[in-house]
Amino acid sequence: MAARILVVTSGKGGVGKTTAVANLSAALAQLGKQVVAVDADIGLRNLDVVMGLENRIVYDLVDVVEGRCKLRQALIRDKRLSGLFLLPAAQTRDKTAVSPTDMVRLTDQLRSHFDFILIDSPAGIERGFRNALAPADEVLIITNPEVAAVRDADRIIGLIEAEGKGPGRLIINRIKPEMVQRGDMLTTADVVEILAIPLIGIVPEDETILVSTNRGVPAVLNGRSPAGQAFRNIARRLLGEEVPFLPLTPSGGFLQRLKRLAFGGGTEGGV
Amino acid sequence: MSEAVTIKGIREGLLVTLTEAGPWTAVLAELEQRLTANPAFFKGGRVILEVGDRPLDEAAIRQVRDLLVRHDVLLLALHGRDEGTVAASRALGLTQEISSASSGSRFPPSPEEAVQETGLVIQRTLRSGQRIEYPGHIIILGDVNPGAEIVAGGHVIVWGRLQGTVHAGAGGNERAVVCALDLAPTQLRIGSYITRSPEERRREPQPEMAMVQDGQIVATPWAHHEFSKAAR
Repeated sequence: MAARILVVTSGKGGVGKTTAVANLSAALAQLGKQVVAVDADIGLRNLDVVMGLENRIVYDLVDVVEGRCKLRQALIRDKRLSGLFLLPAAQTRDKTAVSPTDMVRLTDQLRSHFDFILIDSPAGIERGFRNALAPADEVLIITNPEVAAVRDADRIIGLIEAEGKGPGRLIINRIKPEMVQRGDMLTTADVVEILAIPLIGIVPEDETILVSTNRGVPAVLNGRSPAGQAFRNIARRLLGEEVPFLPLTPSGGFLQRLKRLAFGGGTEGGV
Repeated sequence: MSEAVTIKGIREGLLVTLTEAGPWTAVLAELEQRLTANPAFFKGGRVILEVGDRPLDEAAIRQVRDLLVRHDVLLLALHGRDEGTVAASRALGLTQEISSASSGSRFPPSPEEAVQETGLVIQRTLRSGQRIEYPGHIIILGDVNPGAEIVAGGHVIVWGRLQGTVHAGAGGNERAVVCALDLAPTQLRIGSYITRSPEERRREPQPEMAMVQDGQIVATPWAHHEFSKAAR
């Protein structure tokens, strides 16, 4: 087993990185993979809450880096899904506690024990982002279909391209088909046109997400959650499966364009 | 009444131009008059002196500097074309540079006729947060996303969609142009002129060239354009 290390990042805060990491990790574990989710948001940790594991934290990532415990001791095993683990962040420290080199050393230790390491990046472009990016083999950029989020995602893509980790793959989160149809929200095509990177998933706006994050039960465990379904599909695409995008509007033309965007392979804009 | 002393506000402070004609003492007297007439205006101010061809020795420069200091005004630089003046002011520790007036640019001001003929070609899309600065022309084969910045001493030509901020003729050349297949920048500057895209941009994108005409920036679509206007 040599793990694939993915970082989920966005630039902008609040677009759904933590939700995506929690759900993708759970979905991959559901598909039989050994997965560890790593929270790199030191000082503002949330992944533990969203995964429902916060009251089982004894040691965290900073303890491991500073040598107060063994890596194994800091990993929390999810009791609902075998194969799913969490390495939580510290809440009482901040992002200066850990360096990019520390993160690489840490994930090197994890690599041989897992199929996937999913790193939850903090918002921003500073140290926390650099920490999360350093060990990554692949990057998932998550954004919302709104101008400010897309602006930040574009910045992030520029930064990861400059590091040689580009172009990354795109998840558009919290899309509201009714608003798109009314012309009040950016379409998937609008977003992909600016960002010009391959699209790996579209997740609809879904009330059940708020319930799931509050309760600490990832939405992929809920058969009736559309967002959960979307995340499960992304997990399958990560494994190389061709999964058609969920119909967001009844229009077949729209779906055809999405398929082309996802599987066509080409990007425009001279990137 | 002919003005021996003209005062103009510029980005760096006050540009005080002293006539080349007449005796130095008369010029100083008039300058003193202006300073005492409106002390509040000058107090704490910074002055760049322009003396043109007038030859000045160290003593003369010291006189004007002390005069200014007495009125609480800092002499930032003294600019003169006479070699003796330049040498004397340098000896007193004054700089000669007046940075380019209102554009506050980082490139030396270039006369309109001598636009640098070198160009930089970039064959990718510029993303938000990326900035390209070059004293000659800049050509982008790709898009310029919102949040990206281009600053060129010469023209800016974007073979793609221009949505970031762009400054052509950044050294003061107001004959520079900005061209794009889809001209929709957040902000567009040519020389010291500035403008932004009009609000309604839902129509089909078409190639346009922006240039300064009659004191403002005008964008004309390719089909209607006469290139000879821009080519000079």
